[in-house]
Amino acid sequence: MPAAAKADKADKSVSRATKTAAWGKEQELKAYREMLLIRRFEEKAGQLYGMGLIGGFCHLYIGQEAVVVGMQMALKDGDQVITAYRDHGHMLACGMEANGVMAELTGRRGGYSKGKGGSMHMFSVEKNFFGGHGIVGAQVSLGTGIAFANRYRDNGNVCLTYFGDGASNQGQVYESFNMAELWKLPVVYIIENNKYAMGTSVDRSSALTDFSKRGASFNIPGEKVDGMDVRAVYDAGLKAVEYARTGNGPFILEMQTYRYRGHSMSDPAKYRSKDEVDKMRTERDPIERVRNRILERKLASEDEIKKIDAEIRGIVNESAEFATNDPEPDVSELYTDVLR
Amino acid sequence: MPIEVLMPALSPTMEKGNLAKWLKAEGDDVKAGDVIAEIETDKATMEVEAVDEGKLGKILVPEGTQDVAVNTPIALILGEGESASDAPAKSAPKKTDSPAKPVAGEDGAAASTGKPAEAAPEEMDVPEGTEMVATTVREALRDAMAEEMRRDPDVFVMGEEVAEYQGAYKITQGLLQEFGARRVIDTPITEHGFAGVGVGAGFTGLKPIVEFMTFNFSMQAIDQIVNSAAKTLYMSGGQVGCSIVFRGPNGAAARVAAQHSQDFASWYAHIPGLKVVSPYTAADAKGLLKSAIRDPNPVVFLENEILYGKTFPVPKLDDYLVPIGKAKIARPGKDVTIVAWSIGMTWALEAAEELAKKHIFAEVIDLRTIRPLDMQTIIESVKKTGRCVTVEEGWPQFGVGSEIAARIMDEAFDYLDAPVRRVTGEDVPMPYAANLEKLALPTAAKVIEAARAVTYR
Ligand SMILES: Cc1ncc(C[n+]2csc(CCOP(=O)(O)OP(=O)(O)O)c2C)c(N)n1
Ligand SMILES: [Mg+2]
Repeated sequence: MPAAAKADKADKSVSRATKTAAWGKEQELKAYREMLLIRRFEEKAGQLYGMGLIGGFCHLYIGQEAVVVGMQMALKDGDQVITAYRDHGHMLACGMEANGVMAELTGRRGGYSKGKGGSMHMFSVEKNFFGGHGIVGAQVSLGTGIAFANRYRDNGNVCLTYFGDGASNQGQVYESFNMAELWKLPVVYIIENNKYAMGTSVDRSSALTDFSKRGASFNIPGEKVDGMDVRAVYDAGLKAVEYARTGNGPFILEMQTYRYRGHSMSDPAKYRSKDEVDKMRTERDPIERVRNRILERKLASEDEIKKIDAEIRGIVNESAEFATNDPEPDVSELYTDVLR
Repeated sequence: MPIEVLMPALSPTMEKGNLAKWLKAEGDDVKAGDVIAEIETDKATMEVEAVDEGKLGKILVPEGTQDVAVNTPIALILGEGESASDAPAKSAPKKTDSPAKPVAGEDGAAASTGKPAEAAPEEMDVPEGTEMVATTVREALRDAMAEEMRRDPDVFVMGEEVAEYQGAYKITQGLLQEFGARRVIDTPITEHGFAGVGVGAGFTGLKPIVEFMTFNFSMQAIDQIVNSAAKTLYMSGGQVGCSIVFRGPNGAAARVAAQHSQDFASWYAHIPGLKVVSPYTAADAKGLLKSAIRDPNPVVFLENEILYGKTFPVPKLDDYLVPIGKAKIARPGKDVTIVAWSIGMTWALEAAEELAKKHIFAEVIDLRTIRPLDMQTIIESVKKTGRCVTVEEGWPQFGVGSEIAARIMDEAFDYLDAPVRRVTGEDVPMPYAANLEKLALPTAAKVIEAARAVTYR
């Protein structure tokens, strides 16, 4: 058994969903639908990349869907989200339109940044999504600043600040932890531990691989969560968000998750075995888990699920169509938006 | 309709690849995510995953084929009840047009200057009879912050020692007492982190004033200033920007050696998306800082420790603003234009005084804003004098003076009677020894020498 999968199963300190009452039909189907949208969207993005329609770097979120979907379900209106460059899933989970996200990937005028940001840099003030950042770790200070503004305004909002296991070794992460705890800022730090930063596994980069303890020297509580189970994510998320919202300061959630694809499109992922990936896909897949739960508990029929699948495929195909036919930005856009 | 599987591009530069191996055979069922083939590029072997569900109907490119161009159909996937002879779906989107070529400004302005220069903003009239109050630069800066904080509850100041200690250089004196700890915030020594916190707060519409104890330490934070503060508005298509001021003393103080004596004017002035301001007088310090705090863009506000204690007359007005982007003729003249700012103005004015005794009448321009650069004022002066000397404390290579010289060549070459001369700091890290430090910095004598050289007198 691959080390990663085995370690996860044996680790008693990892939170698995059991705390809140079982989800009803509505929640299970919502989680299924949202995760599937991300999965299909990302597959389509991969395909468009293959056709040369998407350029540059393109980091897919396939495998990690439960993290953003579970966390988003634990939020209230007004809460903010910020993350790094592996951001398509976060945007879709925030309710941003597939068309606008896909059109940004293809660099078209209908994209969320008018085609000027690309895959790694997208924003929606309306949906409280603050990017989309290409510098590993920068979003951690920025998210802490958004939380600072929440406290300054005393508006009761919480900022979810996502970053990777690799980013966890950046200095500004700890500068931010210190200030967040010192000033009791309403921020939840979500470390998406997908076991690798590009080709470097956590054991090769990190002296302390229990990321939930990374806030220990600042007195920030943390929890390890089965990030492949959307319910476990939701349960932990509810608790962490509530903790931050009620003035206790930051909370760290280490999401144990896994990316099925390479770091970006051009990564052949030779640093891990096929077995390891296959094991994760077949035994821990977050979407299959919900699907099975729905069918076992007879919350929906195969047919109903097929209908959702078709609907999602429709949304994704339409976004690809839009992102292909939407014109590139007008050349006059070269000089706009440098200053206000 | 059957769906064509195309030869994928697997990196930003891949144009063709080898079809190394088929992992599914004709007739096999495939699900989205199944690996169906392996492809070799010059860099690596990669897997091709199916995106659609169905049956692998026909393999169009057999394994072992070399140099298959990207986007060539390599197989057909069939839906229920379809056969390989059905016409394939041509939903394959077309490749994007070649990237848009950058266009020059409307009037064909040179690429190096980007947009054609905008008209400089108007200076505020100080009504006749306005009382002038002798004020130090230090007090003027403090007054500017206090006035803006009274005016706008979204303005706050953060930095090391700004609150209880009253500022490492006492610029924030009294602010904690008036505005309280919510708005006057002592940070840990954590420049990278608190610059990012400021920018994040700015993204939500707050208006932070981030004080660097000195700009030397802003190098710790330069990623957040350049990559987050300056670029996010552009990368978000105009959605998310930040109104933030990064301020603090810049340049050489005295006898603090290389790590604490550095001019950042040209560093930040290089960056589109930033404004860079650097006043000399107390009046300009006040009026420009107030404008900077109100500006919807990130502003780097470079002060000077040696000037903090200098006294200047400041107009006693309720709301004295100086526009960003507008230089000022500090001393009119006809023989040579001297462009300076901040501490450089002391050398420029002293030189002009000496030169006048030799009947060389220098026009001294106080630049005040480094970006956007008020070329209009410089060019008008150069058209009159035909000669220009720039003065800056920073290093000579790729400095502000170099940029001004280039722009004068672009825009007023025919008016020049002599090459532009730059007076700069010497091209060495700042030495500690008193005699060497003196040699490393510009002086009035060096400005005089340059002015005489360009006037051939
Ligand atoms: C400051 C900085 N250094 C290096 C990089 C290049 N880089 C991009 S992603 C990455 C790996 C980050 O891994 P992790 O934080 O685990 O996130 P994941 O990709 O797994 O989501 C690196 C080194 C960068 N973008 N920024
Ligand atoms: Mg990672």
